[in-house]
Amino acid sequence: MFFRIWLPVIVTSIVGIVLVTALYVPHDPFGKLNGDFSEYFNIIAAFAFILGAGNLFKIHLDKIYRKTKGWLFSVVTVAGFLITLVAGLLKLGNTGGWEGDVVQPGSWFAIAYDSMFTPLQATMFSILAFFVASASYRAFRAKNTEATLLLAAALIILLGRTFVGYWMTAWMPDSLEFLTIPALSNWIMSVVNQAGQRAILIGIGLGVISTSLKVILGIERSYLGGE
Amino acid sequence: MASGLAKLGNLDRRIIYLLIALAVVIPLLLKLVFPSITTPIVQNIFDEVEALPPRSKVLLTADYGPSTVPENQPMLEAVARHCLHKGLRLYVATIWATGPPMIENMSENVIQRDFPDIVQGTEWVNLGYKAGNQGVINSAYSDFHNAFPTDARGNAVGSIPMMAEIKRLEDFDLIVAIGSGFPGVKEWIQFGGDPSGVPVAGGVTAVEAPLLYPYYPGQLLGLMGGLQGAAEYEAALVTAYPQFEETSTQAIQNMGPQTVAHLLIITFILVGNIAYFAAGREKPRLGVNR
Repeated sequence: MFFRIWLPVIVTSIVGIVLVTALYVPHDPFGKLNGDFSEYFNIIAAFAFILGAGNLFKIHLDKIYRKTKGWLFSVVTVAGFLITLVAGLLKLGNTGGWEGDVVQPGSWFAIAYDSMFTPLQATMFSILAFFVASASYRAFRAKNTEATLLLAAALIILLGRTFVGYWMTAWMPDSLEFLTIPALSNWIMSVVNQAGQRAILIGIGLGVISTSLKVILGIERSYLGGE
Repeated sequence: MASGLAKLGNLDRRIIYLLIALAVVIPLLLKLVFPSITTPIVQNIFDEVEALPPRSKVLLTADYGPSTVPENQPMLEAVARHCLHKGLRLYVATIWATGPPMIENMSENVIQRDFPDIVQGTEWVNLGYKAGNQGVINSAYSDFHNAFPTDARGNAVGSIPMMAEIKRLEDFDLIVAIGSGFPGVKEWIQFGGDPSGVPVAGGVTAVEAPLLYPYYPGQLLGLMGGLQGAAEYEAALVTAYPQFEETSTQAIQNMGPQTVAHLLIITFILVGNIAYFAAGREKPRLGVNR
């Protein structure tokens, strides 16, 4: 009970209190402890890669073993992971040998990154343009007041993000400059959007403070699992 | 007439895909270029870099991957080019595992092409990737050498001449964070700029830009949003330094296809709504699989 529940709660509380205090009192020992704890975090984060890899293997090898739907994709995932890992760890094809940079041009790792990973990611992102175009045609309807406002804002922002927006309202006199598309686009982003985003951020911040306090005080223990 | 307009609502999606492909490909082939006008939110970044005295220390981060290269890479390269031309010392780092090749590309396109004589370790340094997300930034705030103990080539930072003056994050004169998600510009503001007092400028994808406006102008001195933001920075750079007209207009050129695609999407929205009203506001045909 002590090692499973109370020790982690005590460690969490101490670390939480020290980090919060260090924000207001950046002098030692809190300043030093803040730096030390950040380093521990970085070390743990590096270990998280091992956990992530283990998890990836566990899930996909299980799928392959059971031959569940789409198991061939799991074979590709595991093979891709292993090939990239070995190429990177052993620096295969690296003209600089062990001393060379892992992403040195010509190395197997760099070839895998440049010839496979990069085009695959770029393709996935590029496909969004087609979906956005299709969705804008089929779903972006002025069905009610809110949707109409959203539609008007979207049109102004879309135009305001290109030279066409400037060109369309460039004829307007200086006294009406605030009605030009770039000015309206800027107003939507820096006033309407900013106010909404700030409200959301403040709400999230209050929620984070509340949850953090509960974790530091040991009231919220669901992160320990069980219970 | 009304029924003809209403039928437009059932337009085959393959036609939409074809039109959007043509809207991107044709301007690319024709090298269609529109002028870019720098807005104040981008101009602020340019002016800040411009105002820094020579040998000032600028931390430039590349926290993104290949999927957002068209938007982020021109920002990274334009800022790097500007800093190096001004004689500033450039420290490039990333907290994204996909970031190192982005820095390599920047090195190839900017440093090897435009500044072949500058020395790594004296005028610029590639600090590479460090795992730990915002923890790395927090650690760098307290002790930069602990957060980045080696550069990308494995050299101890203690042996790099230009690292001698860097002990903590607050020793930098400016942080320019180019990113496309978490951890990115927001984390550099919260864990880097705010506690250290170092001004932070950002460059993000268009979809992320609205999320960062709450930090502008108090905590974020300027923001490049998407390809347009990158094009605006390039426009400011080329206007001030016309010698970069050949090498630093990547985003300006790509704005041609983006402009035409935006206009097409606006047309889609308008036509879609006309069809919707012509059909008498019937139940919307969402996700029709044709």
